[in-house]
Amino acid sequence: MNIINIEHIAKIYQVGSEEVHALRDVSLKIDKNEYVAIMGPSGSGKSTLMNILGCLDTPTKGLYDFKGTNVSQMNDNELASIRNKEIGFVFQTFNLLARSDALHNVELPLIYAGVSSSDRKEKARLALDHVGLTDRIHHRPNELSGGQRQRVAIARALVTSPAIILADEPTGNLDTKTGEDIMALFNEIYEQGNTIILVTHEEYIAEHAARIIRIRDGMIERDETVTKRYVPKKNGASKA
Amino acid sequence: MKSFLIEFPEILLIALRAMRANKLRSVLTTLGIIIGIVAVTTMSTAIVGLREAFISSISSFGSDVLYVDKFPWFAMGNWNQYRNRKDITYEQYEKLRSVLKNYEAMAPSKSTFGAGVKRKEKSVQATLVFGTTEDYQTTGNVNLAEGRFLNDLDVKAGRRVCVVGKDIVDELFPRENPLNQYIKINNVPMQVIGVLEKQGSGMMGAFSLDGQVIMPLKTFETVISNRHQRLRIDIKIGDVSKLEDAKEEIISAMRVIRKVPLNKPDDFAINQQEALKDMYDKTIGIVALAGIVITALSLFVGAIGIMNIMFVSVTERTREIGIRKAIGAKTWSILFQFLTEAAILCVMGGIIGLIISFPLSLVINQFLPTAMPLDIVFISLLISALVGVISGFLPAWKASKLNPVDSLRYE
Repeated sequence: MNIINIEHIAKIYQVGSEEVHALRDVSLKIDKNEYVAIMGPSGSGKSTLMNILGCLDTPTKGLYDFKGTNVSQMNDNELASIRNKEIGFVFQTFNLLARSDALHNVELPLIYAGVSSSDRKEKARLALDHVGLTDRIHHRPNELSGGQRQRVAIARALVTSPAIILADEPTGNLDTKTGEDIMALFNEIYEQGNTIILVTHEEYIAEHAARIIRIRDGMIERDETVTKRYVPKKNGASKA
Repeated sequence: MKSFLIEFPEILLIALRAMRANKLRSVLTTLGIIIGIVAVTTMSTAIVGLREAFISSISSFGSDVLYVDKFPWFAMGNWNQYRNRKDITYEQYEKLRSVLKNYEAMAPSKSTFGAGVKRKEKSVQATLVFGTTEDYQTTGNVNLAEGRFLNDLDVKAGRRVCVVGKDIVDELFPRENPLNQYIKINNVPMQVIGVLEKQGSGMMGAFSLDGQVIMPLKTFETVISNRHQRLRIDIKIGDVSKLEDAKEEIISAMRVIRKVPLNKPDDFAINQQEALKDMYDKTIGIVALAGIVITALSLFVGAIGIMNIMFVSVTERTREIGIRKAIGAKTWSILFQFLTEAAILCVMGGIIGLIISFPLSLVINQFLPTAMPLDIVFISLLISALVGVISGFLPAWKASKLNPVDSLRYE
């Protein structure tokens, strides 16, 4: 079954008196346990597509069906609820709460999901174990390295067991070595049966995915299955 | 509701963390509220104190006593219409006494302010001098510390005896028993037969009942020598619930006695303690309103400070709001988060304000019989929370309406 089914969506922004067509006519389907990279130069509309896929924004035209529910007409609070339960975000700049430790950051989506404190703590600990940060749970973001911060963000994305993980340039702020470690972690998560959508403009990062969708001028330029996927080798994750 | 209960500790935590991160800013912002609360609470404490002082100084007027007088005690407007009224006479009192049925006691009285009282070389100014009958003990609710009150014989014979207040005794008879001793009022010797129980200071000593002298009516007319002093009839009804009926009865009796034609209004007035209180409340009400409005202005200025800083806080934390929204915070969560922060800021200001105004209320207590009333404590805490919610609302609304896409990109 498709998790994501997008049909002829368009997004038009009004900038002053001018209409900007960020997305013109995009249709695509994403299945469970796919590893998709969305590629495109800046201004191509890939960020807009990612925002719509992540339910952070709604399309101006077209239909977005997420797990059998039409989300293209939902209001802010309904979208918030979908994001909370079904989507795990990983951002380029990590977007952690600076004043909270790793555990509390990972707990956050569960707080908004209404999970009780003890359940929350247990799930958050498990998620942090999963990304190899067992011994860092009470560190704040500024006490962690870039790679460790991104791991906290990945744990936060995983903790609600979402339908898709949406990663926006997850290695953009990391050095090559640390970036590789993070990509290895994504690979591991993918192999455990999760669905990952990766937004990037770097060819070598996109090659980690099993399918690459190229966007240009608000349209899908190419949608191809990667024949020889780059599988990073698993190394000491906790050193990231 | 369930999710609210789970989120609430988080909301509190965020608010406290935000305040801890900006200690100086929080304190400065709160200062406006602190000043506002101090102003409002001390003001209301003072007003309550003034009222207490007034009530204790009129408490000698029984609440079930009616005073038939030539004038109403409080009248707005034209005094001329009252001035031409005929005085109430002793004969009218006697007639009223013979026709009225439902009352407990009735006493005619004449009074004057500030007569000189002497004994040997010492002299003192009596605050009030009353000429009346033995029934005044009941109508005036008089309690004696020593000796006896006027009796039937004193009154009938117009004996030169008097009952005096504690202040006069303290002044003229230091370390002496005043009973059966003589004092001079207007140079006429009078025997002290009783001493009134101490009443305590009324309105800052002005009408202290401890400085009064009570004597038989006939004696008053000769000693105080003012035959034209107007007469008042004090009637104790004995039952507050029958007060209105009694009033009707007295009015119709007095109209007959004073031969008021049917088409003319009463040429006398029935006064009661309530009228005094009402009058007082009206006057003090205006003063209180003005005071509260002026002090509330400082609270308003404080509220503007809170609103201002909350806007700053929302702008500073745009990215945090974006993160929270992206991972599932709903509009109301964000709204509530900032409202809570503003409310906590203000309630803290309120608490600090109360801590400051408590010693101030003790200072006020030196002049007025009052303490900071408990309801003012609760009301001011409520007001500060309300100020927080109101002044925090616009910033919180702005925060809750932020678009997650834009706020995540905010630098």
